[in-house]
Amino acid sequence: MKKTHSYFVVSFLVVGMLFATTPYFSKNEYTTIDKVVLDSIQAKDAFNTMMKVISHDRCVNCHPSDNRPKQGDQGNQHHFDIARGGANTGFEATKCTTCHQSENNVYSGVPGAANWSLAPKTMAWQGLTNKEIAKAMLDRTKNGNRSHKDLIHHLTEDKLVLWAFNPGVNQDGVQRTKPTVSEEEYKAAVKEWFEKGAIIPEDK
Amino acid sequence: MQVSFFINGESKSVEVADENTPLLWVVRDILDLKGTKFGCGKAACGACTLHVDGEAIRSCSYAVKFAKGKQITTIEGLGNEENPHPVQQAWIEEVVPQCGYCQPGFMMATAALLDKIPNPTDEDIDKNIINVCRCATYYRMRKAIHRAAELKTEANPITEIENS
Ligand code: FES
Ligand code: FES
Repeated sequence: MKKTHSYFVVSFLVVGMLFATTPYFSKNEYTTIDKVVLDSIQAKDAFNTMMKVISHDRCVNCHPSDNRPKQGDQGNQHHFDIARGGANTGFEATKCTTCHQSENNVYSGVPGAANWSLAPKTMAWQGLTNKEIAKAMLDRTKNGNRSHKDLIHHLTEDKLVLWAFNPGVNQDGVQRTKPTVSEEEYKAAVKEWFEKGAIIPEDK
Repeated sequence: MQVSFFINGESKSVEVADENTPLLWVVRDILDLKGTKFGCGKAACGACTLHVDGEAIRSCSYAVKFAKGKQITTIEGLGNEENPHPVQQAWIEEVVPQCGYCQPGFMMATAALLDKIPNPTDEDIDKNIINVCRCATYYRMRKAIHRAAELKTEANPITEIENS
């Protein structure tokens, strides 16, 4: 028994010495990451999280590159030949709100949210990369002259934007797909990305 | 839940268990106004079109709670045999209906269109009148829409001059 005990003591000492002498574990050798670099890593993560929502097929449905709203997960043309019209809200007598109200309709499966409309043509995202979408979003000549503060508000408070997380059921009563990140994660990511300067990450 | 609104000029109050009940069901089943039709129930065909505060609405997809305090017009309130609306008059003149099921919805959509565009072009009609007619009376409807525009202008020349 005594012998076994001393083996343990010796083993601990040896291992301890190894740790103490191995340069890999030396405090002096830690690399400190510059705050700017760290911010940019975190901002990139936030950007990627935010873009998972913004570039989601359902979100892009209302940001078409032509004048036809899209629908479904495959970005199909909206039924009935309905189109943008002069004010992004359909035609004079048959407009978005002829069918879409301020809430999802559980009886018909027609989706709805406040201010249901297409995004303006300057915010056409269909077919763009994440970087291109972000660039357009930050461009005040395209984004309705929105400052960063306005954009944060729009992206995290606007009922039509947040409809993405509450898309309701479709005409067959089946739940529509939601973005792959939660509303809370998305909102936090938007705020963090803007707080860290709204830098669009470079491709590596 | 109690919902009050005006329908065809009359004040009405209805009691519904579910405030999201489609306005169409209330109009047809509670108020017994059967002119407005149920076609698809999914805002796809337009048979249920009526006006809420002057705007064409597909009532199968419109929760009754949204109608609170608003002015609703159905085909029964558009006009009557003695005093038809220009759209109804034009529909009679052009003998538009076949089975007739879709026609009230088309007439309501057309009435809304003429309020916005008194003299619609064929393109305006194509864009705005997108209801479905299984009997394919579209050709006669187009003629009737143009005729309704004429009748409305004849009946209301001053408004027309002001608008032009
Ligand atoms: S029944 Fe409402 S649009 Fe078909
Ligand atoms: S007249 Fe029969 S559906 Fe239109």
